[in-house]
Parts: sequence; C-alpha cells; structure tokens
Amino acid sequence: MGEPVLHIEHITKKYEDHTVLNDVNLTVHQGEVIVIIGPSGCGKSTLLRCINALEPIQGGEIRLEDKKIEAGSKELAAIRQKIGMVFQSYELFPHLTVLDNILLAPMKVQKRSREEVKKEALTLLDRVGLKDRADSYPRQLSGGQKQRVAIVRALCMHPEILLFDEVTAALDPEMVREVLDVMLDLASQGRTMLIVTHEMSFAKAVADRVIFLDGGKIAEEATPKEFFEHPKTERAKQFLNMFTFEDAKTQNTENE
Amino acid sequence: MPDLGIEVLFKGKNMLRLLGGLWTALRISLIAVVISIPLGILLGVLMTKKNRMLHAILRVYLEFIRIMPQMVLLFLVYFGTTRSFGWDLSGEVASIIVFVLWGTAEMSDLVRGALISIPKHQYESCEALGLSRTQTYLYVIIPQTIRRLIPLSINLITRMIKTTTLVLMIGVVEVLKVAQQIIEANRMNSPNAAFGIYLTIFLLYFLACWPISLLARHLEKKWR
Repeated sequence: MGEPVLHIEHITKKYEDHTVLNDVNLTVHQGEVIVIIGPSGCGKSTLLRCINALEPIQGGEIRLEDKKIEAGSKELAAIRQKIGMVFQSYELFPHLTVLDNILLAPMKVQKRSREEVKKEALTLLDRVGLKDRADSYPRQLSGGQKQRVAIVRALCMHPEILLFDEVTAALDPEMVREVLDVMLDLASQGRTMLIVTHEMSFAKAVADRVIFLDGGKIAEEATPKEFFEHPKTERAKQFLNMFTFEDAKTQNTENE
Repeated sequence: MPDLGIEVLFKGKNMLRLLGGLWTALRISLIAVVISIPLGILLGVLMTKKNRMLHAILRVYLEFIRIMPQMVLLFLVYFGTTRSFGWDLSGEVASIIVFVLWGTAEMSDLVRGALISIPKHQYESCEALGLSRTQTYLYVIIPQTIRRLIPLSINLITRMIKTTTLVLMIGVVEVLKVAQQIIEANRMNSPNAAFGIYLTIFLLYFLACWPISLLARHLEKKWR
C-alpha cells in the first residue's frame, strides 16, 4: 500500500441538532480505492462533501497530505484543485461545449495554456470514447455521456484523489455500465479514489477496502471479499440482504 | 372596397406627424428601458441577498408597482407631484419616471428569478474545481443568467413600448394622440378616417415590436 494521502480524524458533522457524522476516522493511501456504502441518510455523501469542504465540519480534522482542509481557509482553492469531485447530477456547465467545460478550470485556475490542456482533454475524451463529442453541448449528450465528461473534467485538473458521489444513481440502467467501466479503468491506473455507490457488484470489483457507514459512524471496514461474504455486523447483514432476492418460483415449488 | 379613409394619411404632413408621434412613444420607452435595465439588475441581485430589511423594502416596492395600474401611476406622478411638491414635470418626464419605476420593478423580479433558477450544484461544481467566487460568477453564473434573462427582458421591452399608449392621458402627444387629432381634424371630409388611421397605428406598432419579438424567439431557441 502507498503513502497515506488523506487523513480524516474524528470528524463530526451536525445540522442543528441532528448529527450526520459522528467521530469518523479514515486514512486513505496513495492508489487505494475505497468504496463507501450504507443505507440512505447514513452520511456517505455528506462525508465526501466534507472532504471537499462543501460542508463545514463541527469537530475533528481533515488533511490532504499535511494541508488542513477547512471551509473558508485561504488555501482551500489550492487544496480543492487536488481533489476531483464528480456529482450525481453531472453538473456540467450548460452554456459551454464539452471541451470548454473541461478547459475552464485548468485554464482559469491553473493558468495552463489552452493548447496544452486541449491536447490532454482530447486524449482523455478519447479514452472514455467521447472524442467526437468535444464540440457538443451538454444538452446534446445522454446522461452516461455527461457523466463521463464530468469525470474527464475532474481528471484534467490532475487531482491526487477523486471523489465519486453516487455518480450512477441518476442514470438509466443501460448507461450505468459505461460510467462504471471508466471508473474501473481509473482504478487500474492506480488512482486514489473514494466512491459512494449503490452498485454492489461494482463495489466488489473495484474496491480495495469497503467502508460500511451506518448512523453517521463507520460500522464496518473490511476487504470487499470479507465484507460481502462474511459481514460481521448485524446491520451490514441486513443491508446486504436488501440486494439479494430469493427466487420466488423455486420457493413456491419447495412449499408445495 | 369600403372607404377606409386611408387618403387622410397623405394629406399635408399627416404621415410624418404620425411617425413623429411614434418616435415620442419609442423615445419614452427606450430611455426608460436604458435606465431600468441596469437598475433592475442591481435590485434583482440585492433581492437574492438574505438581508431581511432590504428584502421587505424591495418586496413592497415591487408589489406596489405591480398592483397599481400604470395609468394611476402616471396620474400620481404627473398631477400628484404638481399639487403636493410643486414640481412642474413635463408629461414626457413624468412618463419616463413612471416607466422607469415600473421597468425597474419588473426587471428586478426577472433578474431575481433567473439568479435563483441556477441550481446550487452549479456553484458547488465550480467550488470543487477550485474556481474562486469571482471566477464562478464571471464564467459560469452570469453567462447562464444572461441567457435566461435576455428573452424575458426583451418581452418586457415590447410590453413597455405598447404601454406608452397610456401617456396620452397626461397630455403627451404620442402616436395615438396624433391619430386622434388627425381624425378630429378630418371629421367632415373623411368621416371614415378612424379605421384607416388606427389600422396604420396597428401596423406601426407591429413594425416596432415584431422584430424585437423575433429576436427574443431566436435567442430563446439558440440558448435553450
């Protein structure tokens, strides 16, 4: 395993009286793929949003390498460039072409030359199978295509760590695969990734480590093999059971 | 063909006088538009701020202007101020004041609507990419707001042009007033002039507003 990159130490997140994250600890290592799963409302998305300081935290500390991440700090913009985030609803900029969506931040934030970034963007678009859509507008793309563009947009900033917040949850089933394949490809390149997802078989395939969040706490932390085959906690068992279906017909014949 | 009294148009300077009247109407609305658009943008941005006091004041202003018929506003500014404050406003100045008040109110509501219609995630997506606040507004929020705003504000402009027909009530000699004068003057020799003259006015307004409507539709399609 590589060097530790991201440190999450004892973080607490509250909305008024409601505690969403309660003393969460997690260390992410270079090249590691961590999948965060859990019932809805368990705080998985909030955890990702806190890492990027989109949500302020009420206690604890988050550090990327040795830089503290906190909402409102001066260095925040610099740190955020190192954290790529992809959202459930893509959030491409509708008034810009695919290419300009990708070029905006590298050119304006990192002050890189258009030519250089464009070359990189086209290579990456090619890799996700969308080179010919560079001049399209987001509205002309399918959900899966938009999400792949959003991933390229994040990659072009050369982030050290990538956060994926339920990126396939809003997609039609036939589009899910193309996005997951891109993520598998990224994992195989040794990218450091934190993924929140409901796609269990994908989680099994991509994860180095699975985090099961329940009620704002890490209830279980294991390799995918351990977690999916022998979950230790009762909550995790119940949760995983929701994704398996008994074969109704064989059951009926057994009953007869 | 029935006698529409069109020939009246070609008597003396009648056609020129009508065009002059139209110009007065357009001038009032254009000056009002030029002033109320920037003011409206300013107030619209202020309305999205969370300052309660400011919010309440702007809300009252907007509702007041909306509820009042434009004619009442015109009377209030033209006749009301003369008696109460001793201001001697010309009809045209009073009209411009009323149209600016009205245009600013409507425009601010359009701006507010366009701004709050930009999803929160667009801001977050910018933040996540490391864009500064200024860059976020400059490259992402303002361009999108303008695209939403232009068709709406063009419609407002055509509404303002049409509503200038009311200013004849405070003695401004705009196109409708000129028409009435022409019809009156020709009552004896061309009793049917009313139809022809009003038809001409219809065409004049159509020619003034139609290109603007077309532009709005075109932009709407281009930027949907």
